[in-house]
Amino acid sequence: MSAQLLRMEGISKSFPGVKALSKVRLDLNYGEVLALVGENGAGKSTLMKILSGVYQKDEGEIYLEGNKVEIPNAKAAQEMGISIIHQELNLMPDLTVAQNIFIGREPRTGFNFFLKEKELNEKTAELLEKLNINLNPKETVSDLTVAKQQMVEIVKALSYNAKIIVMDEPTAALTESEIKTLFDLIENLKNKGVGIIYISHRMEELKVISDRITVMRDGQYIDTLYTKDTDMKKVISLMVGRHIQDESRPTTTVSKEAETVLEVKNLSTKNFLENISFTLKKGEILGFAGLMGAGRTEVARAIFGADKIDEGQIFINGKEVKINKPEDAVKHGIAYLSEDRKRYGLMLEMDVNSNILISSLSNYVNWLTFVNDSKGYVTSEEYVKSLKIKTPSIKQLAKNLSGGNQQKIVIAKWLAKNCDILIFDEPTRGIDVGAKTEIYQLLNELAQQGKSIIMISSELPEILRMSHRIIVMCEGRITGELTNEEASQEKIMDYATRTRS
Amino acid sequence: MSTGTAPNTETKKSGNLLKSNALQQILAFASLIVLILFFTISSDNFLNWTNITGILLSTTVIGIMALGTTFVIMTGGIDLSIGTGMTLCAVMTGVFIVFWDLPIIVGILGGILTGALMGFISGFSVSKLKIPPFIATLAMMMIAKGLALVISDATPIYFSDKPSFSEIALGSIIPGFNLPNGVLIFIIMAIIAGILLTKSIFGRFTTSIGSNEEATRLSGINTDKWKIIIYTVAGVFTGIAGVLMASRLNSAQPALGAGYELEAIAAVVIGGTSLSGGKGTILGTVIGALIMSVLTNGLRIMSIPQEWQTVVVGFVILVAVYIDIIRRGKSS
Repeated sequence: MSAQLLRMEGISKSFPGVKALSKVRLDLNYGEVLALVGENGAGKSTLMKILSGVYQKDEGEIYLEGNKVEIPNAKAAQEMGISIIHQELNLMPDLTVAQNIFIGREPRTGFNFFLKEKELNEKTAELLEKLNINLNPKETVSDLTVAKQQMVEIVKALSYNAKIIVMDEPTAALTESEIKTLFDLIENLKNKGVGIIYISHRMEELKVISDRITVMRDGQYIDTLYTKDTDMKKVISLMVGRHIQDESRPTTTVSKEAETVLEVKNLSTKNFLENISFTLKKGEILGFAGLMGAGRTEVARAIFGADKIDEGQIFINGKEVKINKPEDAVKHGIAYLSEDRKRYGLMLEMDVNSNILISSLSNYVNWLTFVNDSKGYVTSEEYVKSLKIKTPSIKQLAKNLSGGNQQKIVIAKWLAKNCDILIFDEPTRGIDVGAKTEIYQLLNELAQQGKSIIMISSELPEILRMSHRIIVMCEGRITGELTNEEASQEKIMDYATRTRS
Repeated sequence: MSTGTAPNTETKKSGNLLKSNALQQILAFASLIVLILFFTISSDNFLNWTNITGILLSTTVIGIMALGTTFVIMTGGIDLSIGTGMTLCAVMTGVFIVFWDLPIIVGILGGILTGALMGFISGFSVSKLKIPPFIATLAMMMIAKGLALVISDATPIYFSDKPSFSEIALGSIIPGFNLPNGVLIFIIMAIIAGILLTKSIFGRFTTSIGSNEEATRLSGINTDKWKIIIYTVAGVFTGIAGVLMASRLNSAQPALGAGYELEAIAAVVIGGTSLSGGKGTILGTVIGALIMSVLTNGLRIMSIPQEWQTVVVGFVILVAVYIDIIRRGKSS
């Protein structure tokens, strides 16, 4: 073990018109967790794709255990012991755990054509036992939780005798306890000498799990720091190349006299939500905190009419309203901004202008229902300007913009529709650190302009920084309500874990 | 909302049952039984050996096409060329046997090879040229249709001089048991297809590609190669169907065949194979094919006009796909 496990030196890569990587380096020791951080577009995934044989480097060298190697394709990488656990899991949901792990390498008989299913399951069971992972080889993957599916991916990587495992945002979809299981597994792998490259935006996690942190910015190598000697603020400032002013609490307040725009009374659904009651005031940002699966998204969907409400009442500006479908909610000025913008918020293949106007298109048509483009352009341009959407023109396709700017387009869409109650579900998920600050500013401005905001977030610092008031949920119930002054991360976590005994 | 749902053991269990292929198969099988009971009660002529073998014989061609195309559909693809393709295979068999006066066995192999070649080209277009399956096989459908007419000069090719040719479908190889060979071939092909799908690497990769093609590729499997193989194997089934069709009619009818692909696809879907890929069974397809022919046969015996039979079959497909959607809705 004299040589280093992995050394990448002077790696450059260009795509038509873009220099994605310029003389980047990275090194990884045996039994180490190296965190790789950088804003979106810093070049982390390009570098990892070069390591895993998906892209070819233009220049530079890769040394694996001291030997210079070329990695021509994904299969070669796998054979060298380099595996990637992607953020979007790469499993076959209709196959079983064992079938997934050994796909393409099944024990066979009869001209290598027929499968030995029994041996396959036994081999898998053996492997799982060795790694101390509790999974049934015969279980269909689509029946597993996301965390367990991730375990399957990791086991699959290890079954190739992986020496290097790259994990891309592995905890994005995991609950606290699942994260703990994952970290235990990572410790276990470290002890076996496996090197892990860990990509994440969650600084708190990196502090716990990583040994060193390599920072990238704009396709360049910036620095590598030892985690235990480092302050995460420093990491962030290296990432963004400037010091972020981290205001941890809201700067504005909501006056006591502010009118109540939304009131929910005893909302229940048959199989999950229980007696949800709360109010939302004009100009207020109301944070919804809780662990994954606490029912926050379900509350939002119920209010928005996406899911059926079985009991309870909703009042808007003091009047009771019936919301049976999203159309009703929008008519009452309620907008829901899903965390999955690409799937539920945007038409990626359409331009910025069309995306902004889609909900309010009826305002821009003449009596023959032809769209009055010039009138629409004016509105779109206004929103691009006021929300500071970074786009070369309103004719740019939505898919070409960054996550933060896409989020702004979705906001513009609902503002154009005159929605006054905006429900944000994880508004900064998948958005890089710099753009997050901008989204925060925008939310504050919207609140000051008199919009009322419900913000669902799993990141406690975000909840504390943004919310005037905080509602904490657990297992489909509201377990606590805090003003910003009384709230702390500890208090919120306390309420969020008040499970039924 | 995938992230927000709380784990609930009870709904999870029932979800598993609804999600399983078993449910759709049980439903399909139950419908088949209900249909048979209904027609048996409605007509005295339904449940007798002659009619049953008639039904089975009429299932063979569509059924064998459906077996092959089950693999294609399981990858998330579709093959529209199998109807007119089957006709082209029949015509080619006629060319070999009647025009060129070659031995029957050469004609049979020639027909099957024609099917394999068409499948190969479709598979190549889909995987290497990245043409969507719908378009690639639509083109192949028209090519096959045109070629069948050109090669046969738009006139039927009769096998009258080769009396043993019709034995392939209509003869009975098992002594003392009046089961047409065509039906026997269908049963054998179904067993082969079942073994291929569940016990072989071919079936495993078919399911895997349909379940998540990119993940399969990233697992080091040459998905392009396997897709070509899958379409080619489906083509072999089409070829066998073509030979049987020619044998049954004792002639190759170049104008026949258009629309057969949709009946075969319908049989597959009724049998519970998901059009989005990844889920499906051969037993389901066999039941699906039987439902189609029992329905057609029963309605005919009840003297319901052919036009109305088609309408009924259409509704059955709607119901079958709707059940599939409910099943999927429950599972996601």
